Amino acid sequence: MLPFDDVTLMMAAMAVPLITAVFILLFHKTPNLREGATLIGAAAVALIVWSLLPGIMAGERPGFELVQVVPGLSIAFELEPLGMIFALVAGSLWFLNSVYSIGYMRKAGEPRQTQFYICFAVAISSTLALAFSKNLFSMFLFYEVLSLSTYPLVTHKGTESAMKAGRVYLMLLMGTSIALFLPGIVGVYVIAGSIDFTPGGVLADAQATPFVIGGLLALFAFGIGKAAVVPFHFWLPAAMVAPTPVSALLHAVAVVKAGVFSVMKVVVYIFGIDTLTVSGANGWLVYLASFGIIMASIVALNQDNLKARLAYSTVSQLSYIVLGAALATATSITGGTLHIVMHAVGKITLFFCAGAIYVAHKKTEISQLDGIGRLMPFTMAAFLIASLSLIGLPPFGGTWSKWFLALGALDSQYQFAVAVFMISSLLNVAYLMPIVMRAFFKPLPGVETGTPVKMAEAPLTCVVPLCLTAIGCLVLFFVAEPVADLAQLIELRADGTQTAGSTPPVLGLNANDR
Amino acid sequence: MTAVQPHLPILLILVPLFAALFTAFMRSGNAAWGLTLVASWVLPVIAVSMLLEVIGSGQPIVYELGNWEAPFGIVYRVDTLGAFVAVLVTVIGAVAMPFARLSVACEIDAHVQSWYYTMYLLCLTGLLGITMTGDAFNAFVFLEISSLATYAMIAMGQHRRALVAAYQYLIMGTIGATLYVIGVGLLYVMTGSLNFYDIADRLATMPPEQLPSVITAVGFLVVGVSLKLALFPMHVWLPNAYAYAPSFGTVFLAGTATKVAVYLLIRLLFSVFGVVIDLDDLPILEILIVASVAAMFIASISAVFETNAKRMLAYSSVAQVGYITLGIGLANQSGLTGALVHVFNHGIIKTALFMGLGIAAYRIGTCRMTDLSGIGRTMPLTMGALVLAGLGLIGVPGTAGFVSKWYLVVGAVEQGWWWLAFLIVLSSLIAIVYIGRLTEVIFFREPTGAAAEAKDPPWSMLAPMLVLVLATVYFGFDTSWSAGIAATAATELLGGIK
Repeated sequence: MLPFDDVTLMMAAMAVPLITAVFILLFHKTPNLREGATLIGAAAVALIVWSLLPGIMAGERPGFELVQVVPGLSIAFELEPLGMIFALVAGSLWFLNSVYSIGYMRKAGEPRQTQFYICFAVAISSTLALAFSKNLFSMFLFYEVLSLSTYPLVTHKGTESAMKAGRVYLMLLMGTSIALFLPGIVGVYVIAGSIDFTPGGVLADAQATPFVIGGLLALFAFGIGKAAVVPFHFWLPAAMVAPTPVSALLHAVAVVKAGVFSVMKVVVYIFGIDTLTVSGANGWLVYLASFGIIMASIVALNQDNLKARLAYSTVSQLSYIVLGAALATATSITGGTLHIVMHAVGKITLFFCAGAIYVAHKKTEISQLDGIGRLMPFTMAAFLIASLSLIGLPPFGGTWSKWFLALGALDSQYQFAVAVFMISSLLNVAYLMPIVMRAFFKPLPGVETGTPVKMAEAPLTCVVPLCLTAIGCLVLFFVAEPVADLAQLIELRADGTQTAGSTPPVLGLNANDR
Repeated sequence: MTAVQPHLPILLILVPLFAALFTAFMRSGNAAWGLTLVASWVLPVIAVSMLLEVIGSGQPIVYELGNWEAPFGIVYRVDTLGAFVAVLVTVIGAVAMPFARLSVACEIDAHVQSWYYTMYLLCLTGLLGITMTGDAFNAFVFLEISSLATYAMIAMGQHRRALVAAYQYLIMGTIGATLYVIGVGLLYVMTGSLNFYDIADRLATMPPEQLPSVITAVGFLVVGVSLKLALFPMHVWLPNAYAYAPSFGTVFLAGTATKVAVYLLIRLLFSVFGVVIDLDDLPILEILIVASVAAMFIASISAVFETNAKRMLAYSSVAQVGYITLGIGLANQSGLTGALVHVFNHGIIKTALFMGLGIAAYRIGTCRMTDLSGIGRTMPLTMGALVLAGLGLIGVPGTAGFVSKWYLVVGAVEQGWWWLAFLIVLSSLIAIVYIGRLTEVIFFREPTGAAAEAKDPPWSMLAPMLVLVLATVYFGFDTSWSAGIAATAATELLGGIK
């Protein structure tokens, strides 16, 4: 779409948010110009990442090395389908989220908005850089930058509880990454001699014992704390103290998806799915992720705070993707990748709704939401749509990711995982639908049934984005095929020809050996 | 230049020595500062040109004092390691000098300011001498010159407890120096030589039954030097010394003094004893590793509970020295490279951090945590830079600190010691806690008292700090000058040992 070569576009995608941050700082005295800078920057990033798509679809893998830090350790980028999908999600949703932020932050009268927008821009830049990373070191670098740049956003309110949440956030994310992720990288470096993401996995020929492979997998699965694998998930509910746009884009899309994306990428390009399935070293993660899916859903049931419930739901949904990676079949990888997209669009909608309810009516608890659907019909309709998508009902996008994940489970030797997906879907119904029912079917307190009430929606800048993402859930059901095609371009094998599930798997056919 | 070139090793010592001679007779602090500045800025030129020469030729520079050959005369022998440490010391001195003027003017009485600069120059002389000399006894002399000057520098602190701190250091330092000189004496008795390399040659031909005496000497020397480099548990002098010394003293000493002692330890272990004795035969490396790990954890935890930011960073220094000695204890290519590169990286990072606190002391007169609250809002540049340097201390990727940690962890894993790799990274987590605590105090609390009126300092103080912080980031990306040279030096050292 843009007349530049792909490498330039990749550089631009990472640089534009930073340039935007500079302009935000320059215009800190004039909020309208400042927000204008954010919007232009976000639109430019969206345009740039979409322009990268055709090349990737055509099989190109643009990349470049920025600097070699020490021999074997370089900051380098290479775009492949998985990173492309993640970049598209993060880059596109930043624009909608920026529109939403403007409405939210102004209506809620939040302080220090310049700092807020700057940190946001830096976070997006590092998210994209992480998506483009060619090796574990680059990924680790931008992973940490992402943690650090989002820390001020979590503590934005400046209250004691925000500070506490910030401590948990930083300690857990940086702590796990330094204590586990980094040794994992060193381990791969010493064992395999390379930390580059390689189709088929760098550990494929390393002759490591299953114990070592399982240990390394543990270092990555727990070290990438952003993936919120149980028991390192509790930073995510704690981070909900941040303003809602932060929860929406960062803690439903960019940060947490950076986590599961990293897990996925490590499984596919560092271990190689065959290495994992042959050694059986992935078994424990399958069980753990399954446990996490169910447990987090059950915990979500008991949350009265809307954002907390959504946060636990996110913990559960992230484990879907981790489970998809852990199953390590071609179909489950496709499913997990699709779920990155579907969950992102669905969950950002839900958070947008939660924020809209807060700015319009200062309500944060689910028990306060009786009849609110009459006041905010658009918001709650969007909430319904996004809920249905997360549950996995047609005609919404979430259907497809669950479909592929379930098929992937059937393909694997862990077929019980199908049951996990199904039980979890029921739990999704149990914790999401009551909110919608309460909003639409319970009477509004203090208003007699049958009397007309005046609509009281949040500002337009809040409502329009959430309606658009809700429509997105619907649209993704019908255009899931291109997304799945892109996911199936992920090179799972060293020769690059046996790409993931080039033919749709048939139910009941055990395709372990595919 | 060519006429001067052969004499660079001795010039590196004569320049600060003679400058000290002149500053001692100056009355005006500013004039003394001016001369010290000139001397401090000449030195890096000398050190860097020596480093370039050593790297270029691949041969050490040998300089015979008075043309007396080894082992009869004192011979200076500059290899990659020596030149590397000399560059670090001189560069830190040069960068810190612009900072010194206001800081010293604010903290030291006017009539002793020139003496303070004299002490600094003597300390510099001693430290540089150690890096140049190839003679064990000469190294002792320089060690004492630098130590005595250091005691005086610490004692000039404003707080009365500076005297106690200086006295404590004097006692400990003297014990260390005594042990060192006993070790040198033993070696002299055994070999009849004082030259490091000559000693190594003579030990090689020594009958095995005499080795126990040599091992005794190893014990004395290593313990003596360990006291100077504040190896746990011989570090007790350091927190007080750093906390109560005048800001500039801490700034300079933190980046250089312990580093030069580390240099001496490496020299003894790898250039003298390692050549003769298989280091694995002695428990010395194991002891180093155990002490280092203890330092990494215990000193870091002490830092967490400190209420004075300067003391907190001092404890952190003990912990960071632990990383360096850990790398020495690993005694493999990656580990030793990690140790040497951390000498460099920690030198710049810690100097920057102490400069930040020195600026705080200049503005509000104290470094207690409670007084620093909210100061980040009123001094955003200084404190922002402080936090960046703090990230370097933690070892966040993209900073110099990460490069050191990387080599150390790789060194541990290559040795097959996964447990050690985890201990290294776990101890970094404690750094997150204390740096995080400092960050919270200075940025997320409401400014009160003096902190509310503080503002960023004049550029003469801020610029040196920013330079070092930028260097912290720069050496996180381009390591050809830090890790590259460290790796060369490590290869040289390891190539010589048995």
